[in-house]
Amino acid sequence: MTSAVRFSGVSRHYGAVRAVDAVDIDIAEGEFFAMLGPSGSGKTTCLRLIAGFEQPTAGRIEIFGQPAQGLPPYRRQVNTVFQDYALFPHLNVIDNVAYGLMIAGRGKAERHREAEAALEMVALPGYGGRKPSQLSGGQRQRVALARALVMRPKVLLLDEPLGALDLKLREAMQEELKALQRRLGITFVFVTHDQGEALSMADRVAVFNQGQIVQVGAPQDVYYRPQVPFVADFVGSSNVLPPALTERLTGTRRFASLRPEAVRLAADGLPAVLRSASFHGANTRAVFETEDAQIVALLPKGVEIPPEGSAVHLAWDAADLHLMTGAS
Amino acid sequence: MSSDRASLGLKLAAAAGLLFMHLPLLLIFVYAFTTEEKSYQWPPPGFTLKWFAVTWNRPDVWEALSLSLRVAAISTLIAMVLGTLCAAAVSRSRFFGRETISLLVILPIALPGIITGIALRSAFNLAEIPFSFWTIVLGHATFCIVVVYNNAVARFRRTSASLIEASMDLGADSFQTFRHVILPNIATALLAGGMLAFALSFDEVIVTTFTAGQQATLPIWMLEELVRPRQRPVTNVVAMVVVLVTFLPILGAYYLTRGTESVAGQGK
Repeated sequence: MTSAVRFSGVSRHYGAVRAVDAVDIDIAEGEFFAMLGPSGSGKTTCLRLIAGFEQPTAGRIEIFGQPAQGLPPYRRQVNTVFQDYALFPHLNVIDNVAYGLMIAGRGKAERHREAEAALEMVALPGYGGRKPSQLSGGQRQRVALARALVMRPKVLLLDEPLGALDLKLREAMQEELKALQRRLGITFVFVTHDQGEALSMADRVAVFNQGQIVQVGAPQDVYYRPQVPFVADFVGSSNVLPPALTERLTGTRRFASLRPEAVRLAADGLPAVLRSASFHGANTRAVFETEDAQIVALLPKGVEIPPEGSAVHLAWDAADLHLMTGAS
Repeated sequence: MSSDRASLGLKLAAAAGLLFMHLPLLLIFVYAFTTEEKSYQWPPPGFTLKWFAVTWNRPDVWEALSLSLRVAAISTLIAMVLGTLCAAAVSRSRFFGRETISLLVILPIALPGIITGIALRSAFNLAEIPFSFWTIVLGHATFCIVVVYNNAVARFRRTSASLIEASMDLGADSFQTFRHVILPNIATALLAGGMLAFALSFDEVIVTTFTAGQQATLPIWMLEELVRPRQRPVTNVVAMVVVLVTFLPILGAYYLTRGTESVAGQGK
């Protein structure tokens, strides 16, 4: 299978700042690929490198096997859905969607027909005559999506496209985007800082930290088998056990991760003191203090919560304690 | 006392202020129709339309008017090109000395015209450039650029940078992006700036005094005419024309920029 996008040792430095530092990525054709990380971790810069708004300081970028270095954005078969949508305020919706076709020199009737079809695809038929300022945030987002899709890109880049939407709309759009991607079979590269969004939508997730990819894998891999403490903490707030504690528990001196929902109260196990407990509906989030680590547990409904300050014992299935390979 | 209704005193004061500003203008208009040609006598002894015909037939009026229009048009054109380019550079990119350049561009409008005038005159003398149509244009362009620059820079700041990236992302090169995205978004600001620049240039006296040679622009011609007691109302007729010519573009600029507040900041 061809790679849709391949980075080999790609760096983007701004003076002393290493926004992207020796990154390797291999995104397969037709894949829904998420780039997840906190702000400033380099994920957006990677997206801009694919789009052509930035040029790498070092390394090679290939888009469908073709070297992309030096190619300006308008020579790449890649389109972007911008975080602020970037709809042209002086054009109405249909002309916004048809902009790329107009630049490509297509006739007015043809481009309007295709733009209308694209608007139908994003469930906005008949909105062509409106100005962007007359649309809601969710509608603008769909117009931005239609404007990119009408170009039939080989790769669609989405820069935090759901960031500005409210929670309910965001959840609806997540499912729609996922369905749309399956239907069109276009490679989607999606940048987000929201781990829930990345896990629920993507085929694979690359977790970024400080300009580097710290782990790439299927959502389940990244969630259940984090390789480094950063991933355990950032993706799904796992407990990170320090090497000393892991050594006492398992005999191996390494960092380990433990999902909060895997921890339970037991008659025998790791001695701990309950520091605090807070009610979250379906479960209770309890914070325990052990000799060398703090352990968070999500205790299901029905479990008797001892008073704060009580000495308890914590236990879990051996399979839930996951040893990490990375050191930091 | 309710806060949204002005008191009678305030209303009167406001009315007095407005009258003080505009009554003298009206006087100029009235004298354009007077029958007395040697001095400005109040009340006018009689009214006539003959000065319009006299003005129409005076070649020196036409020469001055044509010079003024040409100077204003070309200064405005230069200002629109350079002012827009400068605004684009200052608001679109970061470089060393950006703030300094921004200040230096605005400075000529803060400087008294007489300073600009003297400075330009000495500079032209030093460089041995003979005074001509083009020295007047250069003098006017110094302050016309500011007006265009200020309008354009404000609009650029309100235009989202991602619009340009979006255009390039959709296949447009730099020129197409300028033509289809940047220009439509700054057009009204440019037009407004251009109109103001034109109006400023059209009635400029001080800088022109220092940078013109033997030629007289319309305001200079009027100044000269006032000290000569011959067909005085002709000056008033011309003054009326000047007021109208400068007033209309300013009014136009006002209406053009008024409704566009929401246009360019939209993508943010």
